[in-house]
Amino acid sequence: MIDTFFNATIMAQAWPIILAGLGNTLALSLMVVPLGLAGGMALALLSTLRSPWVRWPLMAWVDFFRAFPPLVLLIFLYAGLPFAGLELGGFACVGIAFFLNTGAYYGEVLRAGIESVAPGQIEAARSTGLTRLQALIWIVLPQAVRAVLPDLLSNTLEVVKLTSLASVVALPELLFQARQAQSLTYNPTPIVAAAVVYFLLLWPLVRLLSRLENRAVAAR
Amino acid sequence: MGGWERFAETFLNAKVMERYWPDIVAGLGTTIELAALIVLSGLAAGLALAVLRSFGVRVVNWAIVFVVDLFRALPPLVIIVLIYFGLPSIDVVPSGFVSTWLSLALVLMAFSEEIFWAGITAIPRGQWEAARSTGLGFGETLAHVILPQALRITIPPLTNRTIAITKGTALGSVVAVTEILGQASSAVSNSYNPSPLTLGAAAYLVLFLPVVIFGRWVERKFR
Repeated sequence: MIDTFFNATIMAQAWPIILAGLGNTLALSLMVVPLGLAGGMALALLSTLRSPWVRWPLMAWVDFFRAFPPLVLLIFLYAGLPFAGLELGGFACVGIAFFLNTGAYYGEVLRAGIESVAPGQIEAARSTGLTRLQALIWIVLPQAVRAVLPDLLSNTLEVVKLTSLASVVALPELLFQARQAQSLTYNPTPIVAAAVVYFLLLWPLVRLLSRLENRAVAAR
Repeated sequence: MGGWERFAETFLNAKVMERYWPDIVAGLGTTIELAALIVLSGLAAGLALAVLRSFGVRVVNWAIVFVVDLFRALPPLVIIVLIYFGLPSIDVVPSGFVSTWLSLALVLMAFSEEIFWAGITAIPRGQWEAARSTGLGFGETLAHVILPQALRITIPPLTNRTIAITKGTALGSVVAVTEILGQASSAVSNSYNPSPLTLGAAAYLVLFLPVVIFGRWVERKFR
């Protein structure tokens, strides 16, 4: 059992490959988290416009991309679009898929945050001479973000975990590298190692979230 | 041929769709079956762990917290790959279907335990004491007084989490499960046409759009 799943010799061989994968997973996360946040912020700010011409299409957009499994979106971009002569490559496909999918989730979280801020605050800010956008950015958003910080963090945890999907389109992130190492060595130790790396990387965030969530439920 | 016609010919090809829609429908059946199994077993296991945790045995609770943290931190695809490609090394050969089911059920177990537990701890201590003073036992208090209230609090977060995890059934295509995405992908490579993917995408929307809208409704209703 130890020889199969925790083989030290294989581990020594596979370690550089795994480490390169970890680097790429971190780089990928640093790309897709801001991308999703930017998309979500745009959606949330748009949702403050009261016009039904904006609100309904926006809600449809968000629900559409929340209903779509991210892997389906990714495969559609990666395996479908080339038929239309649009060959984007794995990296761009991951970027677009994450922007659309995680943007919708971040958008919902941020919208809830903005709605939790009392409307009187905008009116008060406007009366001091700020424009609507200034009031949103300087008065409402800081409070909104603080109100939904646990949800934002929880979503970010999911996004980082989701970067493992990039292995399906052959981006050399942690899971992809581990599977390469596994097929080279005929031994599952590299995958176990990748799992351990993911766990060590994300455990602190999970602990923090668990505390924040317990506090939030207790406060209701 | 105009741009639109070429687009339709490529992504909405009637001939290809006619040939492959039964496959997609079969995939839809597998997705629903997989999703139902994951939801039932994942939620049941999560509730069981939360109830077990309320007995307050320290060593047991440490173990529960560790397992929950583990399956919250690991990406579901990593767990699937680990089970599907790892276990055969010790002569346990789970199918792709079983690997996907087990993995996502474990993930849902972890997330739902956390939510159930938060719900249980949100009920004031005085309720325990009051119920016990009327002569109810620990188990009776839990089952008849605490859980009914705790479950009500947990419904909105639980609904959204369950929907998100159920969408993970698409990951099964990576380990050869013939669910919607798996069927659609093999149809694309057989027909050299992406229309089956369009059909597959439509199948996901038919399945999950009502669920997402339901989740939105639940969130409003229980707030």
